[in-house]
Amino acid sequence: MVDQPAQPARRHSNIRPGRIVAWTVLFLGGVVMMTPLLFMFSTSLKSAGQVYDLKLIPTDPSFANYIKVLSDGRFSRWFLNSVGIATIVTLSCLFFDSLVAYTLAKFRFPGRQVVFLAILSTLMIPTEMLVIPWYLMASKLGWVDTYWGIMFPGLITAFGVFLMKQFFETVPDDFLEAARIDGLNEFAIWWKVALPLVTPALSALAIFTFLGNWTAFFWPLIVTTDSALYTLPVGLSSFAVEQSIQWELIMTGASLATIPTLMIFLFFQRYIVRGVMLAGVKG
Amino acid sequence: MTAATYRPPGTGSGSAWGRLPISTKQIIWAWAFLALPVIFFTVVRFYPTIEAFYISVTDWDLLNEAKFVGLDNYRRLFADPVFWQVFRNTFAYLIFGTPIAIVLSFAIAYYLDRVTVLHGTIRALYFLPYLTTAAAMAWVWRWFYQPVPIGVINSMLSTLGLPTQPFLRSIEQALPAIMATAIWAHLGFQIIIFMAGLRAIPTSYYEAARIDGLGEGAILRRITIPLLKPTTVFLVVFSSIGFLRIFDQVYNMTSNDPGGPLNSTKPLVLMIYQTAFSSYQMGYAAAQTVVLFTILFTISMAQLWILRSR
Repeated sequence: MVDQPAQPARRHSNIRPGRIVAWTVLFLGGVVMMTPLLFMFSTSLKSAGQVYDLKLIPTDPSFANYIKVLSDGRFSRWFLNSVGIATIVTLSCLFFDSLVAYTLAKFRFPGRQVVFLAILSTLMIPTEMLVIPWYLMASKLGWVDTYWGIMFPGLITAFGVFLMKQFFETVPDDFLEAARIDGLNEFAIWWKVALPLVTPALSALAIFTFLGNWTAFFWPLIVTTDSALYTLPVGLSSFAVEQSIQWELIMTGASLATIPTLMIFLFFQRYIVRGVMLAGVKG
Repeated sequence: MTAATYRPPGTGSGSAWGRLPISTKQIIWAWAFLALPVIFFTVVRFYPTIEAFYISVTDWDLLNEAKFVGLDNYRRLFADPVFWQVFRNTFAYLIFGTPIAIVLSFAIAYYLDRVTVLHGTIRALYFLPYLTTAAAMAWVWRWFYQPVPIGVINSMLSTLGLPTQPFLRSIEQALPAIMATAIWAHLGFQIIIFMAGLRAIPTSYYEAARIDGLGEGAILRRITIPLLKPTTVFLVVFSSIGFLRIFDQVYNMTSNDPGGPLNSTKPLVLMIYQTAFSSYQMGYAAAQTVVLFTILFTISMAQLWILRSR
C-alpha cells in the first residue's frame, strides 16, 4: 500500500506553465536544502587560506584536512567507537525487539496483554527523564566511561517491539503450525520461518536504530568523560570547541560524521525511503 | 531437539517435557523468550522512572546522602525566572517550528507527489539532511551564521548589498536561527510521511470528485486534507515532541555560552543538562525532567483524544 507505483490518474503528463513553475521551485528548494552539505564538503577540501572565498568548487581541492584530522588518532578512534556501538545496539535491537514482538503477536499465554501494554507505555517516558537515574546506576556499577555504559539503555526498544509486532501479526499461523509439525522447536520456528517473512520491517528497524545511535548525542555526552570513549558526535563537538575558528578542520570532522550515512543512503535509497514510510505509517 | 516429532497433547512418553500439553509448552516458551527483555524493561525503564520521581523530591547532589525535601524543588523551579524564560523558549521552538515545518513539508509533498521528471533525485535532495548528525550540522550552520567575512549567509547578503544580520549574537534572532536548522533537518522525514499518506488515499475518491466537477482547490480542501488528518496529527505530535526535546543544535551552536545570548535560546533539556551535570543538583534537575514528562504526556494524550474523536 505504501510503495505502490505512482497512480496514473493523478499524474497529468500534459505540460502546463504552472507545472513547470512548480517543478522549478521544487528543484531550487531541493538545491537550497543541499547547500549546507555542499559547503561543508567543499570547505573540507580547502586550505585554511581558501575558506573565506566561498567558492563551492575549491580551486585546489585536497584531502590534506582529512589526513590531518585522522592522523592525530582521536577522530579515527571516535569513528570506530561510533561504528561499533551503533552496530552492536542495532543487532541487539533486531534480535530482542523482534523476538519479543513475535512472542506477543503469536503466543497465547497469561500476561500477554499486560506485558505488551507495559512495554508500550514506556514510549511515553522521555529519555531526558531517565538519564539521571541511569547516570546514578552507571556510576554505582562502574559503567561510566565504558562502552557498555553508552549502549545499555538502547539494547531493547519499545518502538522496535511495537513496529515488529504489527508485521508478525500478518504472518499466517498455518506457516508456523506446519513448521511445528515438521518438528522445529519454537526458537527455530521464529528464526527460520517467521523472521524471513518480515525482512522489510527488519531493514526499516535496522535503519532507524543505526541512524539513531550514530547521531545520538545526549546520553553519550553525559556518560563519557574520557575522550577515548567519545562517540563521533560527542568527539566532534569537543573538537570543534577546541578548534574554534579553524572552520576547514571543523567541516572535515562534520563531513566524517555525515558522509557514512549519506553513502549508505545512496546505496540503499529505495530501502531507506520505504523503511521510513513503513516505520512512520505503522509506528 | 532435532529428532523431536510432534505429538498430540497427552500422548507423549519419555521426557517430562514431552508429556506437557502443547498449551503449557507455549506458555513456557513465551516466558523463556520474554524473561530477559522483561527484566531489561523493568531495570532500565520502569525502575528509573519511579526513581526520577523520587529524586525530584530530594536534595540529592551526587556527594551527600539524599534527603527528602517534599515539593521544595518544584517551588524553587516555579519561582525561578530562568525557568520561565526557558519555558517560553521551549514553547517558542514548538509554536513557530511545528506549523512552519508542517506547512512546508505538506506543500512540498503535495507537489512532489505529482512530479515525474527527476522525482527520485528531487526527493533525495530534500531527504538527505534527515540522515545527518545534528551535532555535526549544528557546526555547519553555526559557520553559516557567522559575521562577514566568515559566515556564508552574511557574505551573500553583503555581496547582494543587503544589510548583514547578527543571527546567533542577537537575543531576537538566535532562537529562530537555531530553529531553522532543526526544521531543515526534519523536513525530509515529514515529506516522506506526507507522501505515504497521499498515496494511501484511494484514486477512486479523486475520480469521483472530478466527475462531480470539483476543481483542484476544492479537491485539496474537501478530500485530500480531511483524509490526511491521521498523518497530519501524527506529524504535528511527532514534530512538537521533537521541538520540546531540542538539545543537540542549541548545545553545539551556543557552546561558548550554552543557551545564550542571555538564555534567549535555552530550552528545557539544556537547563536539565546544566542543572544535573554542570551544577550536580540532581534533585532540582529531576524536578525539571518531571515537568518535561508532564508536558510531553499531555501532548501524547491530546493526540490519542483527537484521533479517537474522529
